[in-house]
Amino acid sequence: MTKQQANWSPYDNNGGSCVAIAGADYCVIAADTRMSTGYSILTREYSKICKLADKSVMASSGFQADVKALQKHLAARHLIYQHQHNKQMSCPAMAQLLSNTLYYKRFFPYYAFNVLGGLDSEGKGCVYTYDAVGSYERVGYSAQGSGSTLIMPFLDNQLKSPSPLLLPAQDAVTPLSELEAVDLVKTVFASATERDIYTGDKLEIVILNADGIRHEYMELRKD
Amino acid sequence: MATTMVKENNSGPAQLLGPESAFERTLYPYVTGTSVVALKYKDGILMAADMAASYGSTLRYKSVERMKSIGKHSLLGASGEISDFQEILRYLDELILYDNMWDDGNSLGPKEVHSYLTRVMYNRRNKFNPLWNSLVLGGVKNGQKYLGMVSMIGVNFEDNHVATGFGNHLARPILRDEWHENLSFEDGVKLLEKCMRVLLYRDRLLWFELNSIDSVNGPLV
Repeated sequence: MTKQQANWSPYDNNGGSCVAIAGADYCVIAADTRMSTGYSILTREYSKICKLADKSVMASSGFQADVKALQKHLAARHLIYQHQHNKQMSCPAMAQLLSNTLYYKRFFPYYAFNVLGGLDSEGKGCVYTYDAVGSYERVGYSAQGSGSTLIMPFLDNQLKSPSPLLLPAQDAVTPLSELEAVDLVKTVFASATERDIYTGDKLEIVILNADGIRHEYMELRKD
Repeated sequence: MATTMVKENNSGPAQLLGPESAFERTLYPYVTGTSVVALKYKDGILMAADMAASYGSTLRYKSVERMKSIGKHSLLGASGEISDFQEILRYLDELILYDNMWDDGNSLGPKEVHSYLTRVMYNRRNKFNPLWNSLVLGGVKNGQKYLGMVSMIGVNFEDNHVATGFGNHLARPILRDEWHENLSFEDGVKLLEKCMRVLLYRDRLLWFELNSIDSVNGPLV
């Protein structure tokens, strides 16, 4: 008896790119707002960015239903944390929680490619980058999603992070000012939109700093 | 494994995860409905779907209602497997019943129903036994219009106009070009008719029904 092959997949790739850049006292998180399936666009105005805590913002691309479930899960855990500890979760704590949550489903993964951005307990910008099953690393900048292969090399060129093995330890965060970083993000997405069919429509940027959270939007090519 | 017929190759009922699982899962749909198209207009939502249910290439049922009103505020349209749609209606009946039984003056709006449906579809997908439907959920509550879609694996979103199946390829471009805020009822109907005409030519639609929902009258056909 031949085993029947499945003719549906529990996964779909809804596309999109996410970027995060850490600065000395700010963090920029950005993602496009296009949601696609196959060669069709489902909607042009879907936000991939989710504010998990006062100082943690996550951007995720991949399979949208898994991303939504993951965001709900983390938001619920954060609420419980607040009830138990009477304070907001710090960004490094949220980073660990996200990693554990992803690994929990190691054998039926969340098809979500995440970057977590925020301010650590000293007020410095921090960015954590993940794969689909939870391995993560704190870095100075990162890109995930369908446009990541186009964006990451450019960020490497502009923001070259020193090796974490160097002594004395050098800061991973970029010396760029907040406005310069936002400008860099806009440039990077405009370029990715040109060549990646899943990236485009509109860019949503979230800037986290000591004063709070700010949103900016920029139109991208719609083709 | 239940086999009531003896076949040469003895393939048995189809199973997704190995021969040891004792129950069956949906592998492909049998009786299906085609596209649903919906848009927001000035006073609410307009939704259109044809009334046919096909069994492969045969048009088996010719007056199936693929759109149903849910509670006081919402309209649900479904494409895909009709039996799964009927099961979803049973789930929603129970949901609305319990909501009414609270008797607290509050009623589930389209956003809430959409959220419920998303969770149901996603959870079934997690168990590898999906409800083979693409759902369109629209409604008006307290003057707020809402229009959303859920796919069979749980992908969901909200937009000013949605379409399932072939409608995504044929009707969405027309809607993207010609939809605008504050469409009047007549203009909305004309726009939907235009979309359905394209589907008639290219997707062998037959006759269709139109449903609308607005803040004053509630669901009406």
